[in-house]
Formats: sequence, C-alpha cells, structure tokens
Amino acid sequence: MNIVLNKLQGGSRGHYQLLAGLVLMLLLGVSALLYIEHHGHIVTGMNNQFVWGLPDVFSIFLMLSGTGALTVALLASVFGKVEYEPVAPLSGVLAIAMVLTGLLLLMLDLGRPDRASQAMIHFNPKSVLSWNLYLYSGFMGFVGAYLWTLVEPGMRRFTPWAIGLAFAWRIGLTTGTGSIYGFQVARQGFDSAIFAPMYIALSLSYGLAVFVLVLLLACRNNNIALGDALLKRLARLQVIFIGVGLYFVLVHHMTNYYFTRNRDFECFILFDGGIYTTLFWLGQILLGTLVPAGLLLHPGIAQMRVRIAASLALVVLGAYAQLYVTILGSQAQPLPLFPGRQVSSSFFDGVVNSYTPSLSEWGLGLLGLAMVGLIVIMALRLIAFLPQRLDDAALQKHRAKQALAAS
Amino acid sequence: MAGRSTPRLGIVSSLCWLVLLLAAIPAAWAQAAQASSSRALQPVIETARGGQCVADPAFMRRNHMKLLMHQRDDTLRGGIRTGKHSLKACIACHASQSSQSVTAEPSNFCQSCHNYAAVKIDCFECHANTPANSAAQPQVKP
Amino acid sequence: MKHDNPTPANEAATSRSGRRGFLAAAAAGLTGIALAPGVRLIEIAQAAPAGAALSAGASSKVRWGMLIDSNQCSADCKACVTACNSENGLSGGTLPTDSQWIRKLEIKEVRSGRKQYLPMMCQHCAEPPCVDVCPTGASFKRADGIVLVDRHRCIGCRYCLMACPYKARSFVHAPVTHQKPDAPRGMGTAEACNLCVNRVDRGEQPACVAACTASGHAAFLFGDLNDPSSEIAKRIASYPTRQIRENLNLDTGVRYLGI
Repeated sequence: MNIVLNKLQGGSRGHYQLLAGLVLMLLLGVSALLYIEHHGHIVTGMNNQFVWGLPDVFSIFLMLSGTGALTVALLASVFGKVEYEPVAPLSGVLAIAMVLTGLLLLMLDLGRPDRASQAMIHFNPKSVLSWNLYLYSGFMGFVGAYLWTLVEPGMRRFTPWAIGLAFAWRIGLTTGTGSIYGFQVARQGFDSAIFAPMYIALSLSYGLAVFVLVLLLACRNNNIALGDALLKRLARLQVIFIGVGLYFVLVHHMTNYYFTRNRDFECFILFDGGIYTTLFWLGQILLGTLVPAGLLLHPGIAQMRVRIAASLALVVLGAYAQLYVTILGSQAQPLPLFPGRQVSSSFFDGVVNSYTPSLSEWGLGLLGLAMVGLIVIMALRLIAFLPQRLDDAALQKHRAKQALAAS
Repeated sequence: MAGRSTPRLGIVSSLCWLVLLLAAIPAAWAQAAQASSSRALQPVIETARGGQCVADPAFMRRNHMKLLMHQRDDTLRGGIRTGKHSLKACIACHASQSSQSVTAEPSNFCQSCHNYAAVKIDCFECHANTPANSAAQPQVKP
Repeated sequence: MKHDNPTPANEAATSRSGRRGFLAAAAAGLTGIALAPGVRLIEIAQAAPAGAALSAGASSKVRWGMLIDSNQCSADCKACVTACNSENGLSGGTLPTDSQWIRKLEIKEVRSGRKQYLPMMCQHCAEPPCVDVCPTGASFKRADGIVLVDRHRCIGCRYCLMACPYKARSFVHAPVTHQKPDAPRGMGTAEACNLCVNRVDRGEQPACVAACTASGHAAFLFGDLNDPSSEIAKRIASYPTRQIRENLNLDTGVRYLGI
C-alpha cells in the first residue's frame, strides 16, 4: 500500500475539544455506575416489568455497530475492494472498541457484576448470553490478529486468514446478538428467527454510519485530505445498507401483523403505543431510514460533507429508536397468558407498562460512548493506523499500484 | 575529591540511620502495647452457644470456606440436607448472645475474624444472619 | 486472645449422629440458661429428619407438581399470597420493583364478562426457558423437577425474567435485610417460587397449599406426579387438566382445572 499510515498526532483544537468532551462523559458515566452499584437497580427506571432498559439499548447498539464497523475492512481484505485498504485498520480498531464497550456495558448493568467470572467458569450451551462471551472475545481476538497482520512487516500473507476468520465470527456474533431476542418464546415482539438476519442487516447500516462519522471526524481533526471518490462510494454503500435493513424490518412487522396471535402487539407498536409508535414511525422509519437514504442519493453527495454527516447522524438516531422500540416496546406489552381474555393482577399482568429511563441509565450510556472514543483515540495514538491522505489522486495511484501488483 | 565528599556522605547517612532508629522505638512500643491490649486489631472470638463444632477450630479456620462452598452446591443442587454442615446450624450456635447475629456487630463471630483478615463476607447479602425461631427473626420482612 | 475451648472429644467408636445427639443434649442442659429464648439445639443438631431421603438428596424418580382448581378460587381470598410472603420474607408490596412469587390472576371473558380467579406462580416446567437462557446455569431444574435459582451463581443479568412465559421471576432491586433463614434472598439476584423446597424436603407441603387448605377453599393439591397412586396423579388421570400457555409445550409441573 503506498498510502502511508501515521499515528494520531493530536495537538489540534478539535482534538482537545473531543478529548475534553469524552473525559467529561466518562466521569459522568463512572459516577452513574457507582451510584447504581451502591444502591441497586432500584434507583434506575427498570423494574420487574421493564427488565432490560436503556443500558441494554446502548449495549446492543454498540455491539451491532461494532460488528458493522468491520464492513469496510471486510470489503478491503475479503472482497478485494482495494480502495478501502487505507481505512481498513481504522475500521478494525473501531470494531474492537465498540464490541468491547458493548460487552462492558452489558456486564456493568448486571445485578451482581462482581460475579461476572461465573459466566466464564460455568458455560450453558443453550444460553445465547453464554455463547456471547466467546463470540465477542473471539471476534476481538481475530480482528486484533487481522490488525497485527496489517502492521507487522511480513505478516501480510496471513491477512486473508485473519480477516476470513473475523468475518465468519462476525456473522456468528451478530446472529447471536439477534438470537438473544429471537429465541425468547415468551413475548410476541420477539419469538422469531428473523432477528438473526435482521440484526446482521441493521449492523451493516449502523456500523457503516458510525465508521464514516468517525472517519470524517478523524480527517477533520488531523488534516487528512478526504477525497470525493471515497465518500461517494461510502455514501452509496450506506444507502444500500439502509435499504437492506428496511427490508428486514418491513418483513418482520408485516409477518407479525399477519399472525392473528401477534396482531395486538403489532397494533400497539404501529398505532397506539404512545412513545413507541412515535419512535417507530418518526424515529426509525422517517428520520432513521427514509430521510437519510433520500439525502444520500443526491448525485453530488460527495461534496456535501455536512449533508453526509447529518444523514449518518440521523441513521444513528434511528438506530437508537429502533432498538428502543424493539427491546422496550416488547416489554411494554403484557404477556399473553390467556389470549383473548382480559387478565389483571397485582403483578401488572394485562396492562401496558410504562418506563422512564433514569438519569443514571443515561449516565451508563454516556460511559459506553466515552469509552469507545477514548479507546479509539488511544489506539490511534499508539499504533500507526491513520492514513496520511485519502484524496482522489492518492487513492487512484494506490488502486493502480495494487492492480499492477496483482497482475 | 573523594576524600572530601566521603565525610559529608558519612554524616548524612548516619543522621538518616539515627532518625530511623528514633522513629522505630515509639513504633515498636506502640506495637507491643497494642498486642497486649484488647483493641480492635485482634479478632474477638465470642463463645459459641452450643457444645462442639463439626470440626476442631484449627481445621475450621483453614477450611470453613471450602466446606461452605462444597456443601452449598450439594444442598441446593442436590437437595442433600444432612444437617451436619447446615449453615443454619452454624448460625444457631455461633450467633452472638447480645446481638443474636453473626455479623451485626464488629465483634460478632463471623464479622470479627473477617474484619481482621479484611475479607468481605458475601453470604449474608442473601442468608439470614440470625438463628431461626429467635426473637431477632420478625415474622414478616419490614 | 480469647479462645473458644470446646470440650476435647475423646473420639471413641460411637457413631457420628450418636455423638452429636449426646453432645447436643448435654450442651443444651448445661447452657440452657444462657441461651436466647426459643433456640432449641436439639432441633438444630438433628436437622436431618429420621428418613434417609434428605441425605440422599433429590431424586428424579419423583416429580413434584401441583394441581390448582380454578373453580375453587374465590374473588376475595388471598391466603396463598399472604402465606407465601410470610414464609419467604417478602414485603407483600406491589410496587413495580417489588418481588412477587405468587399472585392472583383475575381472568375476564371479554364477551360475557364472566370472571374467574387462579393463583399464578413459577410453573416448574420440565423444559424451562429460564434454564435454557441462564448464562451461568444459576437457573436450574433439580432432579425432582423443582426449578430453582442458585443465588450463589446468579449474576443478575435478568435474562430469565425476560424469557419466562409466565412472568414468574422477579429481580431483587434493593438491599434485603432480615431474611428468613429458609429463604435466603439478596440484592442483584433473580428469584421465583421455589415450591417451598425447604418444606418439601422436610416432607411438608408448600405454604400456599397449606394456607389454601386451611382457608377452606382447597384449590391446591400438591404431590408427586410420577407416583400413580398419589392423589394428584389420580386426579390428572381422571379430569381434563390444562397447563397455561400449553402451546409452548413446556410440560409444566403446575396444572389447572377449570381454565
């Protein structure tokens, strides 16, 4: 590769602003964490009806985006798209940081996080959460190996092996993440095999959005020339991924609506679910899917950097909306103990439950985001992963050189 | 050069040793004083109520944690309840006469040694630390 | 340093239980004055009952189950709930964060307005989803069919709360004090009806069953599903009993009449 990779130099104002913001978020997050650990989950908005709340939304978002962020590296090293090679290391670093932090958030939300080692000592082969421990650590290991083959002189010949394993593991991981929900027969909002492929599709969209946002930020803060050609390709790719994600979401909801036994749940989400309906139509479908796809389809998109950033930010917001509706909306609905009959009890059977995330849960989410940023910055400072230039001329030369080397 | 710096070095190092020595004397005295007093540094082992423990104290000091860890799985997962290693039986004997508990006060049986060893007791996050059928057991949790 | 100096035991060839019984009786006699009121050492020392069943542990030959007759459950009675709360040290509160191991369901037929009632607790399934999803194996099924939470292993991930089709599980959100000795429970772990496993192991019936019988409704019947001569097995063989959410095919240990 003839584009030089450098370490992050820092020193720019943008860099220090970013760092300050991340550290502030980290401090807020850690104090929220300590507050929850000390007092128990009673201080959060979670209860016996809303079992998994906002921290789970953040955690799953990070896990999905993390596996999706590897897409560019996969395109470069598995599918042979050489124009993505200079940014493949950044893609790998982001993937590791996000998956690590997603897992960390999950562990910090445990009732007894001091016992997290029990999950490593005792393995339940039927539990997806049990698999997750190995799926995530394996993913991080393989991506780490991939990054090592990229930077270590003479290890380039192992790159296809490392990235191939990372690819297979990535598919398994996201299948596992989707199956956390898909395997639950109890709730009408889950209980479906489509969760696995749907989450793979969504992870492509979310991961690419986060990756391009990070790329834009990195280039701006470090004076890396970012060419139109690369951005145009990434924008087109994003539109395709948004479309694929939308397809699976549509199939999921249409099927659920078609099944008479699940129709009351679908009507709840689609029509009379209050915040869930708003988040679904406004957040997930309109702002998270249709608007960004429309914006990104502009033929001159590559010059409209602000528009790209705004569209991708909307995709990320749409991601949060989608996860909120999926994870929390399914918990809002009562369990169908006696379908067709009205049930009531002292344990909130038969009623639609309400959930308000507490400040401490937002704090945990901030902790996750701060950790991703700090891990990425630290990694980029320590190892030369940032390309020196990504303008059209440099990439064209790079492609020509690779073509020559291949022939 | 070497000759002139050596005496200065010698004076400095001697002074250091002197200071250390002077500091050590009161420290040793305090240590001795504490060892002989009944202050909180030493664990206070309250007399248990019952006759004899399931094993001798030396064995129990070293192995009670292993007994607890092994037995709890037998009892909970296997349903084996022999009574010999019952935690309730331990608590019934070892509960303090005054506080009716094994952990309520720093001088109570479990708490005192664990404070001394600086090992946090996790058991009583869940388990009752008072004996069954005692005045300390209210009928319904407040 | 104060020492607890027990009487040095001259270990002769007497059997362990004999020695314990003798020493317990001697200790009880000698220290009777010093004991707190109500503690009976003999009772504690001989915690293992006469039968050898407890030392052998739970057996898979037995499958504990319950048969609940919804027709006998009345609108105004909550004896089972009160008994369960009392037995297990639950607060009895009904805040969204309070634990409820058993609750009374009111089921209303929408068209006709007809109401019926029944108690709802952990169904002790033969194929429990909560056991499937637990990452540490803390949620487990004992050999005799009782589904339990091993709180030593529970990490509080709440996956079992999500996965249970009956919403049987609760999570302990706040620190717990003054637990019942037979019902250890603490913050950060999941919990549910354990079929009063302590009582069952002593040969008694679960608290809800006893309370319902005492109240006169006799809606509960507890017994060994595997024993054809038990009352519960005979009734299940004679009457059309159902399981809640039968289509999930979980083979619950708790069956119902009248639903």
